[in-house]
Amino acid sequence: MGDQFLFAIEVMINGLMAGVLYALVALGFVLIFKASGIFNYAQGVMALFAALTLVGIMEGQVPFSHLINAIFGTKIHHFGWEVPAILAILLTMMIMVFFAWAVNHFVMRHLVNQEPIILFMATIGLAYFLEGVGDLMWGSEIKTLDVGLPQGGSFWIEDMTAGLGSDNFFGFFIDKLDMVATVIAAILVVGLVVFAQYTKQGRAMRAVADDHQAALSVGISLNYIWVLVWSLAGFVALVAGIMWGAKSGVQFSLSLIALKALPVLMLGGFTSIPGAIVGGLIIGVGEKIFEFTVGAAIGGATENWFAYMLALLFLVFRPQGLFGEKIIERV
Amino acid sequence: MKDMYEPYVTDDGRTIGRCLMDMRNITLRFGGVEAIKNISFDIREGEIRAIIGPNGAGKSSMLNVVSGFYVPQEGEVWFRGTKRPPMKPYQVARQGIARTFQNIALFEGMSVLDNIMTGRLGHMKTGLFSQAWWYGSAQKEETVNREAVEKVIDFLEIQHIRKTPVGRLPYGLKKRVELARALAAEPKLLLLDEPMAGMNVEEKEDMSRFILDVNDEFGTTIALIEHDMGVVMDLSDRVVVMDYGKKIGDGTPDEVRNNQAVIDAYLGVSHD
Ligand SMILES: Nc1ncnc2c1ncn2[C@@H]1O[C@H](COP(=O)(O)OP(=O)(O)OP(=O)(O)O)[C@@H](O)[C@H]1O
Ligand SMILES: [Mg+2]
Repeated sequence: MGDQFLFAIEVMINGLMAGVLYALVALGFVLIFKASGIFNYAQGVMALFAALTLVGIMEGQVPFSHLINAIFGTKIHHFGWEVPAILAILLTMMIMVFFAWAVNHFVMRHLVNQEPIILFMATIGLAYFLEGVGDLMWGSEIKTLDVGLPQGGSFWIEDMTAGLGSDNFFGFFIDKLDMVATVIAAILVVGLVVFAQYTKQGRAMRAVADDHQAALSVGISLNYIWVLVWSLAGFVALVAGIMWGAKSGVQFSLSLIALKALPVLMLGGFTSIPGAIVGGLIIGVGEKIFEFTVGAAIGGATENWFAYMLALLFLVFRPQGLFGEKIIERV
Repeated sequence: MKDMYEPYVTDDGRTIGRCLMDMRNITLRFGGVEAIKNISFDIREGEIRAIIGPNGAGKSSMLNVVSGFYVPQEGEVWFRGTKRPPMKPYQVARQGIARTFQNIALFEGMSVLDNIMTGRLGHMKTGLFSQAWWYGSAQKEETVNREAVEKVIDFLEIQHIRKTPVGRLPYGLKKRVELARALAAEPKLLLLDEPMAGMNVEEKEDMSRFILDVNDEFGTTIALIEHDMGVVMDLSDRVVVMDYGKKIGDGTPDEVRNNQAVIDAYLGVSHD
């Protein structure tokens, strides 16, 4: 086999792995959008906040320590203990559920039946508020997140595949973290689909997404479902936050992954769970392959704009996305 | 008129019990419009109660008050002998009051079976966490609910469309699925807002038969709004007549038919 071809395959595999993370973030959007028609701009910040909180708890950081120290003249920063990753993840999840409840209780339930643009603005407000709270609670330094996931290239795969090409080909380089992320994301997606399809809460969730009046008439509490959905989105944000955080550190640019999810949504459609996944994979792979071929030829960093380019083409030729149903206006 | 609190047996052998739902002095306003003007009426256990009246009389509004979708400015709602505190529609539903809508409200993206399964949500006791961890008991519950739903499906003769997405069904079948969803809840009180509107003669006959059978076989109390006088006279034990938000008649079909105020209202106003 030619080395060039093998390199292309490696690029593709790495693209798939990146795509999984895009899909994960997009999934958070889809969950909330389906159930409440809200485009949640804060999804990226939620991932950041979850990662910050996780690191903070694990390292035994005192929340709001700057604030406390400023008011009381104290100098406390750490409790002096460390919390095991599993426990910290559980605690963080509880905080995300509380956040979900607070968002619904203080903001969203007061905005029922408002225009989509108003709901969107509310989530922008939410994003900056949450970013501020995250900053205030845990500080703004870049942190490393190590929940014990394997890191670095897999030598096993490299050794196994080295023989495929010439002496210049050392085997596929695949990050172990990426592999773990892929497996976890796959489990999460299957879990969500099973939940939505086969459990009573999932059925209630789909019912609310479909018709509020009808949902009420069979005894479903809309508020309960909205809190549930925001909690699920919080959970997805936490998983995405862990993956990105472990890969490239927990920093405020993490919240920008939300912007990467946008083209994924345009590709996959805003309401389709399979769409978010396939869309994420296409963009992940497409972006890497494009960079590998065209990017190398024109010497430009195409990864910055390729996803948006593709999304734009889709907007023009298939506005409902890959899996959305064609909308024909009644006249 | 028969005594309000004494059960009696109808000519066709059904038992009509005590007062199930008592609406007392209900007034409902939308801004300046008074949709319901100080109306009182009751629904007795086991009966089929019709609400009739010309377009815009306030019939749907009344049904919406009963099901908690509208909150009246004045008046009291008594259900099973106790005064109902202010409640959200989903809480009313969980008390055993199921309904259909004048403009069909189904989950269009879900299959017929899934739509009807949502009717069971009020019956599912297993919570989120037990769902995950006590998989066995959740599974058992699902089986019980599935059986109840299958019974409803057989009863309404819609086996052939069980897996069809509701959005693809013709109008008449949608109405039937909506009834099925309401029935799956095994309600104490079933509210039907124009269950036969827009149907052809054959479909109407089917629907009438289903309504009578539900009432007869399960003893379900039914309140329904209907424009077709023939249907109303055939189906109902008692009739409330509304016009411009006021109650202008209340009694057996025969009593109502001979009531001068009712005759005037129907002669003066066009309706379909
Ligand atoms: N949500 C609402 N907001 C404002 N006005 C309303 C609302 N619902 C009903 N109304 C008004 O209340 C009055 C009664 O309406 P309602 O729908 O109860 O009549 P109806 O007897 O069911 O008529 P139809 O036979 O046409 O269904 C009408 O004037 C209607 O415009
Ligand atoms: Mg009406």
